[in-house]
Amino acid sequence: MSLPDDLTLLTAAESRVALDNREISSVELTNAYLSRIEKVEPHIHAYLHLMTDMALSQANSADQRIESGDVSDLTGIPIALKDILCTTDAPTTAASKILEGYMSPYDATVVARLREQGAVFLGKTNTDEFAMGSSTENSAFGPTINPWGENRVPGGSSGGSAASVAAREATISLGSDTGGSIRQPAGFCSVVGLKPTYGRVSRFGLLPFASSLDQIGPFARTVEDAAIMLRSISGRDKMDSTSAPIDVPSFTEKFGADLKGVKIGVAKEYSVEGMEPGVDAAVKAALKQLEDLGAELIEVSLPHTEYALATYYITAPAEASANLARYDGVRFGNRIEGDDLIDTYKRTRGQGFGPEVKRRIMLGTYALSSGYYDAYYVKAQKVRTLIKQDFDAAFEQVDAIVAPTSPTVAFELGSRTNDPYAMYLADVFTIPANMAGIPGVSVPAGFSDGMPVGLQLLGKAFDESTLLGIAHAYEQAAGFYKELAEV
Amino acid sequence: MSLSREDVQHVASLARLGMDDAEIANMQEQLSSILGHIDVLSELDTDAISPTAQVIALSNVFRADEPGESFTQEQALQNAPASHNGFFAVAAVLGGDEGGSA
Repeated sequence: MSLPDDLTLLTAAESRVALDNREISSVELTNAYLSRIEKVEPHIHAYLHLMTDMALSQANSADQRIESGDVSDLTGIPIALKDILCTTDAPTTAASKILEGYMSPYDATVVARLREQGAVFLGKTNTDEFAMGSSTENSAFGPTINPWGENRVPGGSSGGSAASVAAREATISLGSDTGGSIRQPAGFCSVVGLKPTYGRVSRFGLLPFASSLDQIGPFARTVEDAAIMLRSISGRDKMDSTSAPIDVPSFTEKFGADLKGVKIGVAKEYSVEGMEPGVDAAVKAALKQLEDLGAELIEVSLPHTEYALATYYITAPAEASANLARYDGVRFGNRIEGDDLIDTYKRTRGQGFGPEVKRRIMLGTYALSSGYYDAYYVKAQKVRTLIKQDFDAAFEQVDAIVAPTSPTVAFELGSRTNDPYAMYLADVFTIPANMAGIPGVSVPAGFSDGMPVGLQLLGKAFDESTLLGIAHAYEQAAGFYKELAEV
Repeated sequence: MSLSREDVQHVASLARLGMDDAEIANMQEQLSSILGHIDVLSELDTDAISPTAQVIALSNVFRADEPGESFTQEQALQNAPASHNGFFAVAAVLGGDEGGSA
C-alpha cells in the first residue's frame, strides 16, 4: 500500500496495516489528526474538549505495544468520543451548562474497553444538550457546522461525532442514538453511522436520555471501520443489566462482492409528503444498485410507521423526565442557591437546562402526571407494541429493510430552531428502529444539490452481521464513500 | 389538546423547573402544539394491545449480593457543589420556619 501524504486519509483498517508494518507510528498518525484539527476545527467546531496531551501519551504507549506485538484492532488509532460518554481524563458535559466542568470519577464501559485496546482519544465531541435534538444547535456551547456546507447543520444529536469523521478530524467516533442521533447526522455528513441492536453495547457511563431506546454506536468512513469499532465495544457488561449475554462476532463475516439470495424489503410507508426529490432519486438509484448486486427487492408494509413519531415524543420525554431528575445541584453539576432547598432545585434546573431539554422534561412530566398517564404514556407503550409487531412480520419475509435515512438533506442553520415539531420531523424515518430495538445503519448514497443523502438499512435484532454485509456490498459498488468533504 | 397557563405552572412545579412568565407562555404554546400532533395516536384502537416498556428478551437479571470496589469518599464528592465533613451539603430540609416548604 502506498501511503498518502496526509495520513488522515487512511481508514482505521488501512491504518492498522500501516502501523503493524511499521510504515507509520501512532504518534505520526495522531500528529496528522492534531494538525488537521488545528486547521479545520475553527470552521467546524466538532469538538467541545480536545485531549491533545492525553492523545500523544496514548499514542506513545500504543507504539510501545505495537513494538512488543501486543496489538488489538484499535491500538494506536485516533478516535473521538461524544461528550455524553463518561471519561475520567476530560470533562463530560452533555453540552449542558448544568454539567459544565464535570469530571466523571469513572469511565463509561465503551471508553474503558477502548482504553484497554490502546486506542488514542483525540477529544470529546459536540452534541445537542443531553442528546436532545436533530441539528446540534441545542448545544449550550455553540453549534457544529456541516463539513459539506458552511451554513448547514451536521444533523444531531451526535453532530460533532459525524462532522469529526466527515472532516477527517478523527478516524472513527462514537455517538449515541435514541431516535436517530447516529444515523441522521451520518446521512447529513456522508459517513457511515451504525445504531446497534438495543442491548448489544453496554450503556454504562452513557449519560441517560431515554433508557429503553438509547444505544451507543460508531461513525466511520467505511462499513468495515464501523464493524471494527462495533466488535471492540460490544458484549455483556455486568454494569449494565440490559446488555445482552450474546456472542460478539467479527461483524465482517458476511462481507462479499454480491447480494445473491438476499431479500431486501421496501416499505411504502417510508415515502412521505415533503420528501425532497433529490433524496427520493438517490434512494431509487440505490435500490437499483442493490438489485444489480443480486438482491431481491420485496415490498413490505409497516403500517404503524406514521405513529412512530408521536409515540416517541411521549416515551422518550417521559423517560428523560425521570432520568434528568438527578440534575438537582446536590451531588454534581452547577448549583444556583435559592431561598430554600426546593427553590435551589428550581433555580438550578431552570437556569442550567436549555429550552429543548426543558420542553422535553415538561412534556414527559405531563405525560406521566396523574390523570394523563393512561391517555399518553400507556397509550404510547401500546402503540410501541404495534410498531414492533410490524417489524416482526416484515422480517419473516426479508433479511433487511431499506429506506431513506431522512426525508431531506441537511437544512440551514437556524431554519428550524423556532419550530420544535419541524425539527422532530427530521427523525421520522429513524425513530421506528429505536422503538423496536433493531439495528440500523446509514450509508453514503450520493448527493442532492451538493448535499449528502443517506441510505438507511434496518436489520433483525442481533443480526448486525447481515446488515453490515449488505451495507458493505452497496458501499463498495456505489463508491460514494470515496468522496470527501473539502474543508 | 390545549394546556392552560395553570397546567404549565403545575407541571413546571412537579418537574422542579424554575421559569419566568415569558418562558411559561412560550412553553404553553409549544407544548399545546406538540400535544396536538401527538393526538394522532387516539385514531388507533389499542384496547386489546399489551404495552411494551422495553424490547429485550431479558427479565430479572440477578447477581450475587457481594461487596465490591466502590468510590472513595473523595471521588464521590469530587463534583459536589458544596460538601461538609465528607457529606454533600444542602440547605436545611426540616425544621425552622424556612425549611421543608415542599
